[in-house]
Amino acid sequence: MMEKIRELIVAHAGLPQGAEAIADDTDLYRAGMKSFASVQLMLALEETFEIEFPEEMLNRATFRSAGAIARAVEALSPGSMAA
Amino acid sequence: MKPLGEVAGASLAERVQAAVETAAHHAEAVDREGRFPLEAIEALREARLLGFAVPPELGGEGAGLAEIAPICTALGAACASTAMVFAMHHICLANLLDCGMESAWHRELMNRAATDQLLFASSTTEAGVGGDLRQSICAVEADGERFNLAKAAPVISYGEETDAIFATARRDPEAPSSDQVLCVLLRDQYELERVSTWDALGMRGTCSHGFRFKAAAPTEQILPKPFADIAAESMIAASHILWSSVWCGVAADAMARAQAFVIAEARKSPGTPPASATKLAEAYARFRTIEAAIADGLTRWAAMRAAPERAATVSFSLAMNALKVSVSTTALQVVEDALMICGLQGYKNSGPYGLGRHLRDIHSARLMISNDRIMAGAGQMMLIQRPAAARRA
Ligand SMILES: Cc1cc2nc3c(=O)[nH]c(=O)nc-3n(C[C@H](O)[C@H](O)[C@H](O)COP(=O)(O)OP(=O)(O)OC[C@H]3O[C@@H](n4cnc5c(N)ncnc54)[C@H](O)[C@@H]3O)c2cc1C
Repeated sequence: MMEKIRELIVAHAGLPQGAEAIADDTDLYRAGMKSFASVQLMLALEETFEIEFPEEMLNRATFRSAGAIARAVEALSPGSMAA
Repeated sequence: MKPLGEVAGASLAERVQAAVETAAHHAEAVDREGRFPLEAIEALREARLLGFAVPPELGGEGAGLAEIAPICTALGAACASTAMVFAMHHICLANLLDCGMESAWHRELMNRAATDQLLFASSTTEAGVGGDLRQSICAVEADGERFNLAKAAPVISYGEETDAIFATARRDPEAPSSDQVLCVLLRDQYELERVSTWDALGMRGTCSHGFRFKAAAPTEQILPKPFADIAAESMIAASHILWSSVWCGVAADAMARAQAFVIAEARKSPGTPPASATKLAEAYARFRTIEAAIADGLTRWAAMRAAPERAATVSFSLAMNALKVSVSTTALQVVEDALMICGLQGYKNSGPYGLGRHLRDIHSARLMISNDRIMAGAGQMMLIQRPAAARRA
């Protein structure tokens, strides 16, 4: 799952640096992800993992890092640990 | 125990009233001469209202937006420029309260804000990014425990009269444009070179001149939270609620003038209700939506701040943006309604029904962070906010 998330970040977050520079805890906002890009990333995550982010998770903290995204995706798809 | 809001034997209502009267008395001169509303701000200082929001343990009264908003409205009905200065000052205080409580320097500043009744201004707008709050070109250039900052600021309201400026900037010279911090600079730590003069249609007393801003200060003065989070969790909401409250005041005074006009008409011809009474009722219906929108904004704000996570959700941000866009539009309509009701008496610059200043002042509302820009951002958020009914199974 982590690999997939990283791919989506590279494709959608609009960061100046490449995938190698994104550690699990890299702050994506500090790395240059703007609000438009975070919307694109979120839509891609929903599509890829077939999940729906509930209202209370739609805040900046949920999308702050690859690790935070992984925790959110995991929480939303209990049966998909192997994905 | 003294009641909340009482200072030196005067009730909150009396303190506000004193400042409102002073603001009203000088409003025309402030507008005509395009000068800072010195007397009204001095009256607010005397009423100890500049430190109203500072927590009691730091010498203030711990007022929240729900207490500050009605003061903005009362001042807005008297002098929109004074009201906007008061609002912008309290938006800066909201930022300090949001994340400055754990920082010794910012606590001390809040303490001084209450005891010395300091006035705060803000510089977010920058040449090259315009009204895009969430981007900066200028950057904090730190060297050990101190930093330098140089910003091309096309508008800083009352920049020359303020005691401190809250300026956004990139975190460091390598940071992307959206990785911003909010720096607090004191008057003796910066130089302002005026590059343009605020000779505007309205809000003339805000003296929102353009400046080249150069500052040097200790790094501890940079607020400890990323500006993106400050914007989402305090600045945008506080701005939209308090600005809307100011515009509500302008619309309220236009309504009051129109109502006085219709009543005078009714007195002149007893027995026949004036045709303008219906128009007045329509204007009032519009005006009520402004008050309701602000009340709703305050409720949402209180709920967001009380939540344990305190994180602003997409729905919260959308609601705050909708508040600003709808109030700025409706308040202008209400003033225009009032003008149609008062006719030539409203068009004339003097006299009890004159609405020229109201009309010019309220025209700033849709531009103050352009509604087009706000709606473009809100359109993005609409893609990820889903009402329950639109959810996938
Ligand atoms: C009374 C008053 C006081 C102010 N005080 C201060 C202050 O103290 N400190 C401070 O920093 N700033 C202050 N401002 C500035 C304010 O915060 C905004 O930055 C400013 O109003 C935006 O100016 P602009 O229209 O030139 O810029 P821009 O935001 O660049 O907009 C220019 C034009 O582009 C259009 N536009 C922009 N983006 C989009 C988009 N995404 N979609 C569609 N159209 C778009 C807008 O409609 C607008 O017509 C003040 C403004 C006013 C009116």
